[in-house]
Amino acid sequence: MNFKSGRELLEKCTENGIGIAEACIVREMELYGRSREEIIADMDKSYRIMRKAVERGVTEDLVSMGGLIGGEAKKLKTRRESTAPVCGSIVSKAMGAAMGVMEVNASMGLIVAAPTAGSCGILPGALITAADEFGKSDEEIVNALFTAAAIGIIITRNATVSGAEGGCQAETGAAAGMAAAGIVELMGGTPEQALDAAAICLKNIMGLICDPIAGLVEAPCQKRNAIGVANALISSELVLAGIGSIVPFDEVVQSMYEVGKRLPMEFRETALGGVASSPTGCTLCSRIFK
Amino acid sequence: MKNYSVFDVIGPRMIGPSSSHTAGAARIALAARKVAHEKIKSVKFYLHGSFAQTYKGHGTDKALVGGFMGFATDDERIRNSFEIARENGLEFEFIPTNLGEEFHPNTVKVVMTKYDGSTLEVIGESIGGGNIKIVGINGLELEFTGSFSTLIVKQWDKPGAAAHITSCVAKNDINIAFMRIYREEKGENAFTIIEADNDIPDAVVADIKSDKAIIQDAFIIRL
Repeated sequence: MNFKSGRELLEKCTENGIGIAEACIVREMELYGRSREEIIADMDKSYRIMRKAVERGVTEDLVSMGGLIGGEAKKLKTRRESTAPVCGSIVSKAMGAAMGVMEVNASMGLIVAAPTAGSCGILPGALITAADEFGKSDEEIVNALFTAAAIGIIITRNATVSGAEGGCQAETGAAAGMAAAGIVELMGGTPEQALDAAAICLKNIMGLICDPIAGLVEAPCQKRNAIGVANALISSELVLAGIGSIVPFDEVVQSMYEVGKRLPMEFRETALGGVASSPTGCTLCSRIFK
Repeated sequence: MKNYSVFDVIGPRMIGPSSSHTAGAARIALAARKVAHEKIKSVKFYLHGSFAQTYKGHGTDKALVGGFMGFATDDERIRNSFEIARENGLEFEFIPTNLGEEFHPNTVKVVMTKYDGSTLEVIGESIGGGNIKIVGINGLELEFTGSFSTLIVKQWDKPGAAAHITSCVAKNDINIAFMRIYREEKGENAFTIIEADNDIPDAVVADIKSDKAIIQDAFIIRL
């Protein structure tokens, strides 16, 4: 059941009449000799940590190591509870969840890299919020995490999910693509739609650089995680409405990788370009590392 | 191209904020502590490259001490590792340095002092996603990742050493994934590193150490 590309994954799903999550679970059983129960229990453990991190963001006062972020999830919740959010309730909740997980991460709390620590808010933020909104069970969410993982596996294999290698487009793009595919499967979409949603996510932010102020996983990373959940929700809604990706997933992954490789090193996590090298970015950097 | 597990892309479960600066750092220190495998009085962490520049903002210092105390990358005690280490009587210090161009940007040299006054030095690189490479022990260049169950043997550079080690390993039904031998000088100290797919049982260590004429020390590293 191993698959090396989106096309191969779709073939396996069609041949066996199964969804992406199931294909991913069977692949894991075959490649690593583990039982279905073990693999699902392992993913469930990560899911509990994700949910706990989402809760901590709105219940605790978290201060980041660098002091650039903290309290954003609570601010969004306060506004949401007093007035109608401009972007609607589900987007506001998902943004808050993602930003809160980033606060947990930046304050040395426990998170699950998905696929990286710098993008760890997007998958729990988008998937758990959407699942709660539509009354999905824990089992269904864990299942959707396997769908998300299949997307991450293909991008990691054929391109990169590292900001240092491919910029933010690779890191938060992959996370959004994973989340979008998970949401599509959760909402009863087809494997083809899940791959299309992931492709749309990558296209939406193609070329986005990685420019962390002071080199820390705080700003603009946290807000890019908020954008990431919106990207995932928008892309899943597009495909569920029957609007596909014009360029297939595998070709988009390849394009993203080529763009990433051609980004100058200043724009790949070195904190030497973008807002990291703006006057404010430099001032903050020298203040943090004085 | 490599196959990735589900848990490579949704994972590791870790204390933030950075897989290379926090999780990887903790694993290097844990590996160093296991290489020492006896009580340590004090430890100095020489931080190179990006580690030297940004270690405070990434909590690399807390992660190193936490890993050194034996904490896994998802152990929430990492946050309070300084206090816990002090309660346990461990002295620690961080020294930003330049180890040279040949080292990865996220490298740390761990220099440990034992209670008998002798020192032991381990160099590790954090190569991304929480993965690490140990690249030096006591000035000797070598390489292992800790991703496998790893057997490290310190032997005299004498004929028969490798045969003795591999026969002990085979007797315990261990399939070797990788095996390398390194030596300092001809006839002097040498190291054998064996990485195996399945868990190497402690019984292998006792078997290997039974030949005291050849073997100086043997131990297993599981991260």
